[in-house]
Amino acid sequence: MSLTAIVIDSLVGACLLASLLKDREKTASALRIALNAVKRMGPSVLAVIAVIGLIVGFIPAKWVASTIGSEKGALGLLIAAALGSVLFIPALIAFPLAKSLLDMGAGLMSMAAFITTLTMIGFVFLPLEIRELDRRFALLRNGLSFLVALAIALIMGLIL
Amino acid sequence: MFLASSIAAFTVLSLLYRDRGSRALRISWEYFQEMVFILPAVMILMGLFAVWVKRETVVRYLGEESGLPGLLVSILLGTLPTGPLYVAFPLAAMLLKKGARVANVMVFLSAWACIKLPLELMELQFLGWKFTFLRLGLTVALVIPMGLAGEALYRSGRAVKAEGVDVSDGGMECGRGD
Repeated sequence: MSLTAIVIDSLVGACLLASLLKDREKTASALRIALNAVKRMGPSVLAVIAVIGLIVGFIPAKWVASTIGSEKGALGLLIAAALGSVLFIPALIAFPLAKSLLDMGAGLMSMAAFITTLTMIGFVFLPLEIRELDRRFALLRNGLSFLVALAIALIMGLIL
Repeated sequence: MFLASSIAAFTVLSLLYRDRGSRALRISWEYFQEMVFILPAVMILMGLFAVWVKRETVVRYLGEESGLPGLLVSILLGTLPTGPLYVAFPLAAMLLKKGARVANVMVFLSAWACIKLPLELMELQFLGWKFTFLRLGLTVALVIPMGLAGEALYRSGRAVKAEGVDVSDGGMECGRGD
């Protein structure tokens, strides 16, 4: 168990305790919501764990490094950002996936761009966003988000 | 479905290539262990937020504010985990109709989309403190100019009064509550 996990678990534990002291009923329903979320997310979390195993076990690290590796520069960055915009993976399971790709030699910038476009841009959601808001707003937001994702990735690449 | 097909693929490939299969299994097991320690905490935090933070509150505070406080409020409210992005679209539409700033709504949606406090626990666990805080800090710093730019572009296209936009990048830290 990593240090990060210990810190996080104890923080959440403290929140839970505070909530329990304040309102028993509400805490119980919070736990019910949590249990339902685990049930709902559980299968896809397990599936992604299996997929990560498959990717790391079967895809040669060379491939990953040669498409989205750091030495690929701008092209790798663009590929990762584009993948993130099109794919629909819940952020919850995108983080471990990003880590496995990083371990296989994917560039740090590429992964930062991937995570940011993955969460901010939803091709799947675009029709819905256009219907609920309007076309101009939706296209502007998604387009600008793509640029912001690239900017974040570039700055992170410079700093880290 | 997804689970069944990935497990099927796992089994078939592992039987075909024994050595790679065992490596894949080992890696999956490692990730499973990491998940087990973090996932319940993430879900419990989501549940607590769902119970203690009402969606109506989010709407109320996003209302008519403008200026930097309004933008910051938009970010903070966006980070509260009150549902997936598509839940936020009708909310955003309602805010726009009520006369909220386009920049506020754009910032709100972006924060809603990419900064979810419970999910950031996952990012911490898997990608580390440096990566997480740097990415979040940059996101917060860049999303504000993005909202303002978006607003300017949106308005100029609409031929509504296009006013000078002060793109100030405060470089503020991301607000992180327990």
